[in-house]
Amino acid sequence: MASNQLVKDPFNVIITGVGGQGNVMASRILSNMLVQKGYFVTIGETFGASQRGGSVMSHIRISSHSTWSPQVPKGRAHIVVTLEPIEAIRVLANYGNEEVKVLTNTRPIYPAGVIAGESAYPAIEEIEATLKKLSHGVWLIDATEEAVKLGNPILGNIIMIGALSALGDLPVNRDDFNAVIRRTLPGDKVADNLKAFDMGAALLKN
Amino acid sequence: MSHLTDTKKDASYLVMGNEAIVRGAIEAGVNVASGYPGTPSSEIIESLSRVASERNLYVEWSVNEKVALEVAAAASFAQLRSLCAMKQNGVNVASDFLLHLVGSGTRGGFVLVTCDDPGALSSVNEGESRYFSRLMEIPLLEPGNFQEAKDMTKWAFELSEELKQIVVVRSVTRMSHASGNIRYGELPDIERKAEFKYSGFIFDPEEGVVISAPVDWKHQQQQAKVKRAMEIFENCPFNTYEGPDKPELLLITSSACYLYSKEAVNVLGIEDRVGILKLGTTWPLPPKLLAKNLSRTQKIMIVEEVLPFLEENVKILAAEMAAEIGVKTFYGKKDGTIPMTNELNPDLVISGLSKILGMEYVPVSAEYDQLAKLSAFVGAPARDQVFCPGCPHRASFLSIHNALELDGRKGFVCGDIGCYSMAVRPTGFETLKTLHSMGSGMGVASGFGKLGQFGMDQPILAVCGDSTFYHAVIPALVNAVHNKANITLVVLDNSGTAMTGFQPHPGLDYNVMGDEVPCIDVAKICSAIGARVEITDPFDLKGTREMLNNLIEDSNGVKVLIMRKACALSPQRKNKKDFEMRVDETICLGEECGCNRFCTRIFRCPGLVWNEKKKKAEIDQVICAGCGVCADICPQHAIVKEEVA
Repeated sequence: MASNQLVKDPFNVIITGVGGQGNVMASRILSNMLVQKGYFVTIGETFGASQRGGSVMSHIRISSHSTWSPQVPKGRAHIVVTLEPIEAIRVLANYGNEEVKVLTNTRPIYPAGVIAGESAYPAIEEIEATLKKLSHGVWLIDATEEAVKLGNPILGNIIMIGALSALGDLPVNRDDFNAVIRRTLPGDKVADNLKAFDMGAALLKN
Repeated sequence: MSHLTDTKKDASYLVMGNEAIVRGAIEAGVNVASGYPGTPSSEIIESLSRVASERNLYVEWSVNEKVALEVAAAASFAQLRSLCAMKQNGVNVASDFLLHLVGSGTRGGFVLVTCDDPGALSSVNEGESRYFSRLMEIPLLEPGNFQEAKDMTKWAFELSEELKQIVVVRSVTRMSHASGNIRYGELPDIERKAEFKYSGFIFDPEEGVVISAPVDWKHQQQQAKVKRAMEIFENCPFNTYEGPDKPELLLITSSACYLYSKEAVNVLGIEDRVGILKLGTTWPLPPKLLAKNLSRTQKIMIVEEVLPFLEENVKILAAEMAAEIGVKTFYGKKDGTIPMTNELNPDLVISGLSKILGMEYVPVSAEYDQLAKLSAFVGAPARDQVFCPGCPHRASFLSIHNALELDGRKGFVCGDIGCYSMAVRPTGFETLKTLHSMGSGMGVASGFGKLGQFGMDQPILAVCGDSTFYHAVIPALVNAVHNKANITLVVLDNSGTAMTGFQPHPGLDYNVMGDEVPCIDVAKICSAIGARVEITDPFDLKGTREMLNNLIEDSNGVKVLIMRKACALSPQRKNKKDFEMRVDETICLGEECGCNRFCTRIFRCPGLVWNEKKKKAEIDQVICAGCGVCADICPQHAIVKEEVA
């Protein structure tokens, strides 16, 4: 059993984005970092047909003593990490509260309706203002742009995990990340993932 | 190597519900596993295939669920332990064999894992498999957490061997696709030899013939097994009670709903008022256990997803035992406390509990709630499901749509289950007009194709995927050819069972074990059945559209067009661009072009976006898959493709 360093138990993290952004991978890596520290973690995920261009969400429930339901109750998210900015707003409508913290990638993936001109996509400044009104703190991170610089946009998810770890609300650090990816990823991917993690941590601190 | 065969003691593993089921099967010493892919069940067979050589298993993706159940049954008849996995809809397909099987009985431990999808997160219905257990008179187990998913699966094999009957383990999406910590048990070291014994007396369950006749005698045997299961379930550790001895309200639940119920009671802080009876054995229900728990209080709430299966069965027992336990007040589906459609969550249970107990629960301030909802309405435009960038279906359906428009006789397309089901939506140009079960597009089209004598003169098309073709289209194709239906079948051949994650099918030259196997050619089958067969590359828009019009105009029976292009997410195409794409801004006329922004309003590829500032189309290089198709749709030729060296 873990020595309980959670500010809330269960501590609820929601990772959200659009199918294909590595949402599931991000939730697995974060959860494994916590499991190896002795915490109970439940991940509730939507994937399958729901991943084809649609919104995807992972609910991560972290506890020092038991397994919680794979769905966070309304209004009970502590941290929302989003790989696509408007998905943060969508998630807050159900799971947000005055105390929630939001870490969001700034890179939009336009819904088909927006591409077709049937609906409008808000400017990033508007998204930021909305998120500020609905949360205790917002961190905007250019994860995809930085990941492209690292050579692969998919690393945006790891940049966000790096940022989340640096936020300090969860009892996880770089060593935990390193241990998990060395166990779960092919050897040639480790260096790039560590770089992405460090990049995320640095971006949060700026 | 898979962590699913680890032997570390006292280690905690984070596993998906489906992996927990797999570990349970490995701990039980499973020998043979079969199934057909279907969300949320697919990871079970996939994970077993990864440990097949290490644990000396035989694992196969069968052509459909009925055959999968037959394949796994053979192993049981030969005294091996076998597992068959499928999504709920698959149980419908397998049910004909299942009814015969439960009459004949089984030998080696035989477990059917069904994964239901309440809320249809990855389905086009939310069908129930629980009722099959009652209908077929076989035991039903439902894990209420991840540890139980493992432990219960292992136990199901033992139960099956004791009863000489197949045992069902039923999971749901929120269990199969959720993950949690579990502790592993020991791995067995038993070698089983396969031998089918058939020389005994006809009534001998171990060595006689395996048959469901003589029916009356066999049926009595079968019902005796259900009775025995009921006795075993009276003292089963998977049925648990937590809460005060005499609670104000007794909540009865199972499966993922147990976790929602526990959470709801915790959120409301009513652990001292509400007791939870969690049932792991939901058919047949153990009457003594129910009598003991129903006697605790007068108010009973039943929490389950979709249909009132548990509720009905508990009420029947409660009526039978009324003299002993007294008259109860029930809350559940029938009185509207719990919704009868869609999946549940902690909030729906909270809402039911608050209503019954007269409590008020406000999760967030009304002010916050209103602002958050309004913000999402205004600031989070809906995200419709779309075909992926580079998906062959977008090109295929554009050609089908254009061919039907050009034909002008109000032709239409009948479809079935696959990513291409999304062609009912704008992403497939709203081309599909009927959508039902696996293979049904062809069967329905076969019926439409015989309505000419009643004046129907619309061209009729059916679509199916390559895996679906083998699963359920072949009989419908035979039917259409034999009965001279005048229709065109389009096989959207993307080289794998794409929607569920590229499981191999009989059209490929490898199987799930990685062996080289003969591939069964779609074109040759269709030709042998007697259809006219053509093949095109859907990325050749002009050639495909012309061929389709040619086939639609051919009124001589059944035509088959195979549109062959690998899925954009397939191992052979993923992350490999054939072309670098760009929009030449000097050529794109934007809104001034007479095309009505065809590329962004109609074609709707996520990689081809509209730049609001420049009022021109542009390529999103992070999303574009480089398939090159959009270069052929721009009337101005403003979309430029350059081959990647």
